[in-house]
Amino acid sequence: MLLRHTPTEIKERSALTVNPAKTCQPIGAMYAALGVHGCLPHSHGSQGCYAYHRSALTRHFKEPVVAATSAFTEGASVFGGQANLVQAIDNIFSVYNPRVIAVHTTCLSETIGDDVPQIVAKAKADGKVPDGKFVFHANTPSYVGSHVTGFSSMTKAMVDYFAESNGQRAKTINLIPGYVEPSDMAEIRRIAGIMGIATIMFPDTSRVLNGPLTGRYKMFPDGGVTIEDLKKTGSSAGTIALGRTASLAAARALDAKCKVPCEILGLPVGLHGTDAFVDTLRRMAGVSVPDALNLERGQLVDTISDWHQYLYGKRVAIAGDPDQVLALTRFVVSLDMRPVHIVTGSPAGKKYEKRLREAVSEVPEPVNVKVPGDMLLFHQWIKNDPVDLIVGNTYAKYIAKDEDIPLVRYGFPIYDRMGHSYFSTMGYRGALRLMEKLLDAILDRKDRDADDITMELVM
Amino acid sequence: MATAPNKKATQDVKLDSHDPEKVKARLLSKYPPKVARKRAKQIVVNRVDPDGKTPVISSNVRTVPGLMGQRGCCYAGCKGVVLGPTRDIINITHGPIGCGYYSWLTRRNQTDPDCTADGHNFMTYCFSTDMQDQEIIFGGEKKLKQAIQEAYDNFRPKAIAVFSTCPVGLIGDDVHAVCREMKAKLGINVFGFSCEGYKGVSQSAGHHIANNGIFKHVVGLDDTIGEGKYRINLLGEYNIGGDAFEIERLFERCGITMVSSYSGNSSIDAFANSHTADLNLIMCHRSINYVAEMMETKFGVPWVKVNFIGGAATAKSLRKIAQYFDEKELTDRVEAVIAAEMPAVEAACADVRPRTEGKRAMLFVGGSRAHHYQELFAELGMRTLSAGYEFGHRDDYEGRRVLPDIKVDADSRNIEELAITPDPERFNPRISDEKKAELEARGLQFGEYDGMMPEMPDGTMVIDDLSQYETDQLIKIFKPDLFCAGIKEKYTVQKHGIPLKQLHSYDYGGPYAGFKGAVNFYHEIDRMVSSRVWQYMRAPWQEHPELSATYAWE
Repeated sequence: MLLRHTPTEIKERSALTVNPAKTCQPIGAMYAALGVHGCLPHSHGSQGCYAYHRSALTRHFKEPVVAATSAFTEGASVFGGQANLVQAIDNIFSVYNPRVIAVHTTCLSETIGDDVPQIVAKAKADGKVPDGKFVFHANTPSYVGSHVTGFSSMTKAMVDYFAESNGQRAKTINLIPGYVEPSDMAEIRRIAGIMGIATIMFPDTSRVLNGPLTGRYKMFPDGGVTIEDLKKTGSSAGTIALGRTASLAAARALDAKCKVPCEILGLPVGLHGTDAFVDTLRRMAGVSVPDALNLERGQLVDTISDWHQYLYGKRVAIAGDPDQVLALTRFVVSLDMRPVHIVTGSPAGKKYEKRLREAVSEVPEPVNVKVPGDMLLFHQWIKNDPVDLIVGNTYAKYIAKDEDIPLVRYGFPIYDRMGHSYFSTMGYRGALRLMEKLLDAILDRKDRDADDITMELVM
Repeated sequence: MATAPNKKATQDVKLDSHDPEKVKARLLSKYPPKVARKRAKQIVVNRVDPDGKTPVISSNVRTVPGLMGQRGCCYAGCKGVVLGPTRDIINITHGPIGCGYYSWLTRRNQTDPDCTADGHNFMTYCFSTDMQDQEIIFGGEKKLKQAIQEAYDNFRPKAIAVFSTCPVGLIGDDVHAVCREMKAKLGINVFGFSCEGYKGVSQSAGHHIANNGIFKHVVGLDDTIGEGKYRINLLGEYNIGGDAFEIERLFERCGITMVSSYSGNSSIDAFANSHTADLNLIMCHRSINYVAEMMETKFGVPWVKVNFIGGAATAKSLRKIAQYFDEKELTDRVEAVIAAEMPAVEAACADVRPRTEGKRAMLFVGGSRAHHYQELFAELGMRTLSAGYEFGHRDDYEGRRVLPDIKVDADSRNIEELAITPDPERFNPRISDEKKAELEARGLQFGEYDGMMPEMPDGTMVIDDLSQYETDQLIKIFKPDLFCAGIKEKYTVQKHGIPLKQLHSYDYGGPYAGFKGAVNFYHEIDRMVSSRVWQYMRAPWQEHPELSATYAWE
């Protein structure tokens, strides 16, 4: 048994988190910053954080994840990190020559109260920021929220620093995709493209964190939203923000700063999630939905009807980040599955929890929901009331193995399988892939459990 | 100054047809002057005097902000490296969630919980106080106390350790007082580590703090002298990918009794009893030499440096142990085991070597492997062009002979040095001065480590705390056949079209230690340098862009 000490008896815990279903803010900020073209993320703290964040993202994407650090020493931790950051900015532009540096903070620099804008102003005054180059920042204290909060703050910072209104309204639609895979960002853009809509997506990590092998290492890959495009977001016709916890802050900021109207949607996962996205895009851009997309939708509906018998009534446990968990819960409910244990580690708030409970209101049995909860509790629920399927990140495989329950890897991080950064689970096509994964897990198990008499050739 | 006098001597030394001094100049050319001056002392062209003396290398100095190096922090060195692999202690990270999360199962310290009776294993769990802003403001001691209580209530461990992260030191939580209080309350061993991430300049400070803590709170608690002959401790071996299991297998075959392991496949009870062993063997000098030194001073247990990476090195290390105990029974058994195991190693090497011969490697790993693995590459006929540590100290580079010359700088001054004196009752020199002298005369070195540089050829480049920029330049200049480093470097190097072998995680393979490990490693390196994938980077139409083909129907 891998998790041999997990007690079946659930005791209320108020202080000890065991097997978290979240991590800390700066990694989300680092991920968001990598979605800006020519950007080097910078961690203003001691170097352990940046080493961990780079490693975690690298393990997930199997791609280079570049970032720099202020490398605090004990002295700087007491007297402030101004000299470290100014020196870092100088070294980064001299040696690595990015277009822009995106600074985020850690619990260290937040606790001592370093004033990043003031330090950056000092670096500028000292001539350490070359012409045509930028430094922007987000405060990302690790003791507030989760990695999704960090992503949200850095995405909002893109608006705060760069969005500007030129007084006119372009036809472009801004898309804020949320803390999703590069493949998802590409899929979301593809859908808008099929609809003939010009979009600006930020952040956009496609082609940054799923780039090619050519024998030429590019520290700053071809992908990412450009600063020029970020500036133009202030003149777009509207903004669609996908996933409230990751994307709402930036969309609201853009509305407040440049009067760009916004719609906040769930992630476009599954039939209804994608319908909402496509319908909102259609109305906001004033276009009609092309047949190509109707075909994709119809294929998905067709598949749901074809395979419904294996999904119907299946009991699922879901753990992950709030936007993914909510969207996924809605999808599996739409397939007549029963999500019965649901945990997110992020403190996503009461309203979020209410939405989640609404999503499962028609599930014909009691549903455990914990916001925020940890994977120990999740495991205890599963022990007490086993399920047919677990959906979660790589850490869930320890539970899946111990309890002998099939696992579908979903969300962040996935350290032990490929595919997530290349094949989207969003849009109608992504829903097909997600269904394929759910069905593979369930049917592989059915085959494994079948005896010689009941083994089926055709399913 | 280290570099100036060497310049002349190494002028005519070529490194793979390059002048290493010119390469060094190129590495430094893009840096702002202050950075270049500092890095110049950390990039050294190696030259070894006849008596084994090497140039001075600056190391264990603060990281240059913004340069993108490989280093992690003190917490990683303490919790992640040294104490992480002990399965039966509940390790609570006192801090926000990240530190605990990222050190959760990411180092591949294997453990066998069923080799001790209670079967405890908490290594698959991540325990954290998950500090929130109110704890930053009002202090986190109350929450820590409650967390320890909840850990006890839910899991009934026999020990709980607490690891401090960056904000803990700043807000002034006294984790040691909390631990003392909870130890008294719960009646189990509870102890804390002040391993805040900003301490020192790298993981290294964390090793030292872990050594001190384990020595202070655990070592010596159990004086029972266990059964078995030739009782040793294996120090600084963390059982990555099963390395320690392979070494343990060899010990068992040889009849050597392992009292404790620091800290691969380890348990707290073995630490408590470890001072009863008769010899300490050090694998990773950097991380554990403190415990060895303290154990020798307090209890009289001598230590020798060993290396189980490579077939020949493994044989040599086993012979060292036999030499120390100096009994025919052990010597014969060791020789028999070597004779039985080496043929398979030699056969595998002979099979692989035609494909690896003459290939060139670079190694930039932690604080010991950049040295140890050079031996394996040499067995494969591969040359090491350049090597360095993230966080080694001068003694790891140049040998312990330079210890008296090392000045502790301002950034590391606050790392506690325990004042250790011989234990009034339990100090027991395991070996007489005469015997020691006799063994030394026969070539057994006690308490010595010669370092990496004396074993590297003249003209090779030794680089401390390598940066991303230097990595890219080295690859462009030398186009090595293999680069060894870690996960952060892996894919940047591979985008250049050069395979990277992770020597921290072993790319999820292993073991690489001992005789079986050597065979695994040979096959893995063969795979990597012979892989077809590196030929696929250019499409056919990129090789021949002109439409010059003749078609069959023409």
